[in-house]
Amino acid sequence: MLVPVKWLKDYVDIEDISSKELADELTLSGSHVESIISLGEDIENVVVGKIEKVEKHENADKLLVCTVDVGNEKLTIVTGARNFKEGDCVAVALVGARLPGGIEIKKTNFRGVDSFGMLCSLKELGYQDNVIPKHHRDGILVLDKEYPLGTDIREVLGLYGEIIEFEITPNRPDCLSLIGMARETAATFNRQFKLPDVEIKDEVEDIHDYVEKVEVDESLCNRYYTRVIKDVKIEPSPLWLQSRLMEAGVRPINNIVDITNYVMLEFGQPLHAFDLKKLKHNKIVVRTAKEGEKIITLDNVERSLDTSHLLITDGEEAIGIAGVMGGLNSEITEDTKVVLLESANFNDKSIRKTAKSLGLRTEASSRYEKGLDPNLCEIAAERVCQLVEEIGAGKIVKGVIDVYPNKLEEKTITLRPERVNSLLGIDLTVEDMIAYLERLGLRTKKEGALLNVTIPTYRLDLGIEVDLIEEIGRLYGFHNVESQPLTGELTRGDKSYKRLVEDKAKSILQGLGYNEVMTYSFISPRAYDRINIEENSPLRNYIEIMNPLGEDYSVMRTTLIPNMLDLLVRNYNYGVKECYAYEIGNIFIPKELPLKELPYEKRVLTIGMYGHEDFYSLKETVEILLERLGIREVDFIPEKANPTFHPNRTAKILKDGESFGVLGEIHIDVMENYDIDKRIYVADLDFDKIVQCANLERKYKPLPKYPAITRDIAVVVDMDITVGEIQNEILSKGEGLIESVELFDVYTGEQVQEGKKSLAFSIVYRSHERTLVDEEVNKIQDNIVSALKDKFNASLRS
Amino acid sequence: MKYKLLNIKEEAISSIVEAKDLNELESLRVKYLGKKGQLTLLLREMGKLSKEERPVIGKLANEVREAIEKELAKAKEGFKEKLKLEKIEKEKIDVTISRRKKRLGHRHPLLATIEELENLFMNMGFSVIDGPEIETVYNNFDALNTPENHPSRDLSDTFYITEDILLRTHTSPVQIRSMLERGAPIRMVSAGRTFRFDDVDDTHSPMFHQIEGLVVGENITLGNLKYTIDVFVKELFGKDMKTRFRPHYFPFTEPSAEVDVSCISCKGKGCPVCNGTGWSMELLGCGMVHPKVLKNCGIDPEKYSGFAFGMGVDRITMIKYGIKDIRLLFENDNRFLEQF
Repeated sequence: MLVPVKWLKDYVDIEDISSKELADELTLSGSHVESIISLGEDIENVVVGKIEKVEKHENADKLLVCTVDVGNEKLTIVTGARNFKEGDCVAVALVGARLPGGIEIKKTNFRGVDSFGMLCSLKELGYQDNVIPKHHRDGILVLDKEYPLGTDIREVLGLYGEIIEFEITPNRPDCLSLIGMARETAATFNRQFKLPDVEIKDEVEDIHDYVEKVEVDESLCNRYYTRVIKDVKIEPSPLWLQSRLMEAGVRPINNIVDITNYVMLEFGQPLHAFDLKKLKHNKIVVRTAKEGEKIITLDNVERSLDTSHLLITDGEEAIGIAGVMGGLNSEITEDTKVVLLESANFNDKSIRKTAKSLGLRTEASSRYEKGLDPNLCEIAAERVCQLVEEIGAGKIVKGVIDVYPNKLEEKTITLRPERVNSLLGIDLTVEDMIAYLERLGLRTKKEGALLNVTIPTYRLDLGIEVDLIEEIGRLYGFHNVESQPLTGELTRGDKSYKRLVEDKAKSILQGLGYNEVMTYSFISPRAYDRINIEENSPLRNYIEIMNPLGEDYSVMRTTLIPNMLDLLVRNYNYGVKECYAYEIGNIFIPKELPLKELPYEKRVLTIGMYGHEDFYSLKETVEILLERLGIREVDFIPEKANPTFHPNRTAKILKDGESFGVLGEIHIDVMENYDIDKRIYVADLDFDKIVQCANLERKYKPLPKYPAITRDIAVVVDMDITVGEIQNEILSKGEGLIESVELFDVYTGEQVQEGKKSLAFSIVYRSHERTLVDEEVNKIQDNIVSALKDKFNASLRS
Repeated sequence: MKYKLLNIKEEAISSIVEAKDLNELESLRVKYLGKKGQLTLLLREMGKLSKEERPVIGKLANEVREAIEKELAKAKEGFKEKLKLEKIEKEKIDVTISRRKKRLGHRHPLLATIEELENLFMNMGFSVIDGPEIETVYNNFDALNTPENHPSRDLSDTFYITEDILLRTHTSPVQIRSMLERGAPIRMVSAGRTFRFDDVDDTHSPMFHQIEGLVVGENITLGNLKYTIDVFVKELFGKDMKTRFRPHYFPFTEPSAEVDVSCISCKGKGCPVCNGTGWSMELLGCGMVHPKVLKNCGIDPEKYSGFAFGMGVDRITMIKYGIKDIRLLFENDNRFLEQF
């Protein structure tokens, strides 16, 4: 909302307050200032001049040579503009003048003619393109009448003072107006607010001779207030009116439209003018559209309507979409003689729906949809008539037609003063509170310890007690409320066990050299193809977003692997030589599709890497992670069936026989899909399961008192037998005396039969009760050898 | 004899002095002092000497032996020292070489910021609670008193899964869940992913992060809210950081306020970064919990009051580390991550 400060001064006396102070204080009372624009600051030596003579330039067809009277002298000025004639008053930038954008005017020679200055356009004077009237856009500014020659142009255009831009919150549509902001200003500075005196001096004839009747759909139209203006003379508005509109960000069009816009800015009430002569019948019927009914709106677009859309009709044809935009068929044009003025109030939800479904948000609709006070209709319409009369744009026809089926009455809220203090943590007297409320135009009445507060209808946002507490609070100033520490028992907050395990996992992974990454929760459904997931895989039971930003962000992920691969490949393509990353994030598992209830959001840990290391390095990471989280007795068994992974370089991770993750090298096909030639390793773990199995408690175990005995053993087995199987077998035969079994050599080649391999283990025996003797270790060792022979057909390698 | 002894001494000492290494020294020791060494052999002839001569020569012989031994020891020491110095010299390495094979991973700056904020509030007695990313319309809007026609409910603002289920647009639904589950009194914070229908550019992302706090209890005031925010801002941005509370509107709080902090670049003096205002805009939104929200969560607004606050963590992270483009937070470029 753009508020020109000098316009604001029409309603509240703030001559002694600087714009900076105004902005600061209004921000603190709730009207947040976004910017302050100073007018005319960068304009110097631009004055009113009168065109005395216009001649053609002898050497240039497109240029004119003018003699311009600027009061104390007559200047020769060359211009390319054409939109003026002898006798017009214009804006003349003298030699030495400064214009916005740092432009300085110098004496210039145009094809042999010296030009002593420049005739200015509105754009050159700093106005934005979107507010410059169409008839001024392609030429210089021609003033509306004669002004004393030599007058500073800033005075003529009102180019002084500041415009303050406010952010208006959606609960305060009343503040989308000069009157609303003036009320806020008055309340903030405790000044008197004055409404303009609205008075029409002369009225002629009778409105009923022009309009037969007004009928409205009462469920969607709260009020329809009309007046008629005759003998209308459509022309540009006076300059003061145009300037105010332009400063407030509205483009002047013609006197009638400008006045309706002016009053909309002033009171916040949208108004519409119909050319009454263009109506087929002299009546207004406000009704919902018929299915498929059509109207061409003012923007020259044909719109097809349905029964939810509210129309203004003449009893036969649609002449406007209520609260959104008028129809082209009843538009005000240069020939308009009689105007029917609409000042109406429509159902906010209906307008919102209509504007949305037509994709047509206008200044009017955005005001209506926030909710407006129907009691504004009258004063706004009367104000329009007053201004029409004042600038002589037409004659006001006597009488009004006011259909007001849903009258809005003032309401009363009961306020408990002690509640004000207890909620804000301040200590105001009841008198203080009354003073603040009355500054806002609310009327108060004491009833015992209570205050009955009557709310004017323009404050639609005030509904319950706490709303009034906020009003008192903001005028008192939130910044004046003293900080008070929270009292009550001093406790340290806590975190869930899940989060503690997560924090621990993160620090372990960080220690192992992995960077924490973070990727979007939504992915492309095509990601599943890229990672080779079968058509019927449950991973493809993903939740789809109804209105995604595009296919790439359209489904809720059921795996973190595609995002991990994306970022690894991206880094590789950036030339990063090695990359170690992990993400702990949610995947979304629906109970049924389409979704009836919230899905299971499962926590997943995905670790990914490429670089100089291999499968075993990633496995080591997973092993250390699990061990340090207190998860022991984890099995890794070959996994050949996961389509994302290399069938011979992948392990399923089991705890108590139940799989909770996978770890391996990415499948060659997937690497091809990602167009990368570097081997990538990924581990994907169910983090909820990790949390369930984790044990962060640590208990001291006595250090070993007795010496260990170490024995090596080398066995020859078939290629397919895994080290893990043999290790488990060795441990199971250890009678509880084996401390560790470590593989230290794998050998194939000479001396080992084809299709077989030799595995060498180092076994450490130790008892916590006594010193072991060779005999018992030998016995166990023999048992192991025969068990390996029975189970794996293993032979001792000599 | 005496002459011979002195001769041996002189010869031995001069050859020891000239010896080239430890081996030569050893052979000199053998040559003079060994079982068949010159001195030993000469002393065997002592028997031939007269009674008077014997003690004199014996004494001299001992002196000669001691002198040779001393010289040997000295020479040996010298050689050892030399060898040690040679070894040290040989072991010279180039200390300017860096190997850096060990890696220490990096925390993601945004997630590290979240953890920092959570810890800060934990120390102030707030419990950390998590909530789901997919939420009900009820928890995300209705229970929070969001008007039915509020623009934030639009398809152009919010990602929907069905009419009743959406991607949460803020962390506030966790407040609703906590109040429903735990009742009053309560002191909690919740951080996490949030989603809004925004195209990706340098300041927007369809996924972003918020942290949200809630306190409900008896006699909780706006003053308590101000205190909490002040402490938090000073902890996060430093002691000379000022805050400005200005009234604002949120459906779920009344009164509501936005909090500006003094401009990070100029510390409040006014500079181009803050449009000359001295304030950087809208660090967070907050307010006293709306009585309807309390009621929706089964908490009696007559008995209890509360405050809530929420803020964008992405922005705080960007301000904190001087990151100008939000996309960097989600691209996971190693060269970016390894700066933190």
